[in-house]
Amino acid sequence: MSHPIKAQEFLSDPAKAKWHDETLWFVRDKRDAITKTIPEWEQLRDLASQIKDNVLANLDSYLVEFEQKAKANNIHVHWAVDSEEHNQIVLGILRQHDCKAIVKSKSILTEECHLNPFLEKNGVEVVDTDLGERIVQFLNQPPSHIVLPAIHLKKRDISEIFHEKLQTEKGNEDPTYLTQAARVHLREKFLSAKVAITGVNFGIAETGEFVVCTNEGNADMGVHLADVHIACMGIEKIIPRRKNLGVFLRILARSATGQPVTNYNSHFRSPAPGKEIHIILVDNGRTDQLAREKFKNSLKCIRCGACMNTCPIYRRSGGFSYGSVVPGPIGSILSPGLDLKKYSSLPFASTLCGSCSDVCPVKINIHEQLYEWRQEITKAQGSNAKSISMKIANGIFSTPFAYKISGEMLRGALKILPEAITYSGLNTWGKQRDLPEVPKESFKDWYKKNRK
Amino acid sequence: MSSREQILGKIKRVAKADSPLPDIPDFEFSGEIKERFVKSIQGNKGEVIDVAGLEVFLKSNGFSKIISLAKGLEQLSTRTLPENPHELADLEVAIIQGQFGVAENGSIWLTDADLGLRALPFITEHLVIVLSEASLVSNMHEAYKRIGEQHSGFGLFIAGPSKTADIEQSLVIGAHGAKSLRVVLD
Ligand code: SF4
Repeated sequence: MSHPIKAQEFLSDPAKAKWHDETLWFVRDKRDAITKTIPEWEQLRDLASQIKDNVLANLDSYLVEFEQKAKANNIHVHWAVDSEEHNQIVLGILRQHDCKAIVKSKSILTEECHLNPFLEKNGVEVVDTDLGERIVQFLNQPPSHIVLPAIHLKKRDISEIFHEKLQTEKGNEDPTYLTQAARVHLREKFLSAKVAITGVNFGIAETGEFVVCTNEGNADMGVHLADVHIACMGIEKIIPRRKNLGVFLRILARSATGQPVTNYNSHFRSPAPGKEIHIILVDNGRTDQLAREKFKNSLKCIRCGACMNTCPIYRRSGGFSYGSVVPGPIGSILSPGLDLKKYSSLPFASTLCGSCSDVCPVKINIHEQLYEWRQEITKAQGSNAKSISMKIANGIFSTPFAYKISGEMLRGALKILPEAITYSGLNTWGKQRDLPEVPKESFKDWYKKNRK
Repeated sequence: MSSREQILGKIKRVAKADSPLPDIPDFEFSGEIKERFVKSIQGNKGEVIDVAGLEVFLKSNGFSKIISLAKGLEQLSTRTLPENPHELADLEVAIIQGQFGVAENGSIWLTDADLGLRALPFITEHLVIVLSEASLVSNMHEAYKRIGEQHSGFGLFIAGPSKTADIEQSLVIGAHGAKSLRVVLD
């Protein structure tokens, strides 16, 4: 299903959509405020970008160095070309340890590999332990944001599902009360799990260690109580030297939520006595993306989510409208590389305002890549409407396909929103304007009729 | 061909322009280091106290399950470190010695040598870290210089108590790990 149609669904609850928009903007504001307290902020972004460029230019040798060091530290290193192999490796380790229930902290990679349904099909209970992820797991939903997984939900939704699953008081929506209930519930899971899975924020070639950052402490609660720690890492998460962490830990949390650093930043170098650490290095399309000169920079992403918080389309259409594991601007340049047809509407889910590139801590040229994908998609579709695009003097919608779907989106949104609402969910260009009347036919249809 | 060779081979076949690894300069730090550290900890919802404050905290709450590994404060322990971390499940207070603190964000560096058990600072209900004022550094670059080649199986920056904002972005302290962090600065 294309982005504009799903965006309409999101906009069918205008109050919630407005809250979503404003809340993410508030996070963006916090990011701005804290970056202004660091005089060298822009220099840090340059450094982070250059370090990542160096990583992409030497990825093979850094991976080999990482593997060698990690093995010397008694870490088991596995390689997976795709999600299927990744999932099989995880299952193999679980079977070896006769493990039927695991705890898992936030890992977008395991979402990408659809690990949970795979393990469940194979008789393993998976408990996501990040609070936001546990909430969406209860609801059988994927996360709608890579840093704020449950940002599409209101506390009344969470209160309802907790009442059902955790027997909390009906109607009690107090976040402290609900969090406490989750704490008690998850504590029991932590204490009984034999295997814990985490993602990886950074893998360090020089030392073979890897770093996991959380605020809740859930990754650590899991792994330090379990006998076996499985860390799932995309191959692009490598950085060369330990001291590079100084740069990345300064920019990650500030960009993500506007806080100076995450409260727990754990460096795993070798297992505790009697325990095991496995790391799985996963390709799953990354080497293909690396080979695409125009798009390889998307692999520099450190998954901070800042481009989502700032994006006028993401804020007003919600993470699910993208239909991809990573939503928002970065998702819209990563996903077409995985399946061009399925994700063909995503590069058009943008105004090309460039705000994403402005906030990106590793300086990915996100909006330029969105534009590049539009060209690729239009080419792939063998556009016969090229002449139209040349005649539409509109710098924002630069291809006919984009024009068509954006128009659909706008007309759809205008239809569902009551006229009296001055807040127009998709009126990106001026919140307080009155809603324009919905044209009965699109310009494109009109043009088709009248061009002769 | 193994998956490893396949992945490495694919990367090798991509033509890549060299891109040098940049040097990280020394960034100047303006302001008073201790003051900034205290502010950072408070911003992260922790508290900075002194040894007298620690005694008041322990007494007024009547804690009876305490493990203290901090230098000179070992006598505050009411039990010894178990072998199995699961036995820490009902621990009320852990008191540990931090190696150094970072002014810009309140991070405190700890390794296996300070922790006894890796689960300790997470599973305890309340965490106290003792830190010498002389150990404070300005920013994360200085922090990694200080860590240098140190080799520990596990290393950790803790900057505050366990927290979440996953329910409507409302900040709640005490998600899974320690419900409070107190830093004893001496
Ligand atoms: S693309 Fe940049 S801003 Fe977006 S999540 Fe990745 S690092 Fe953050």
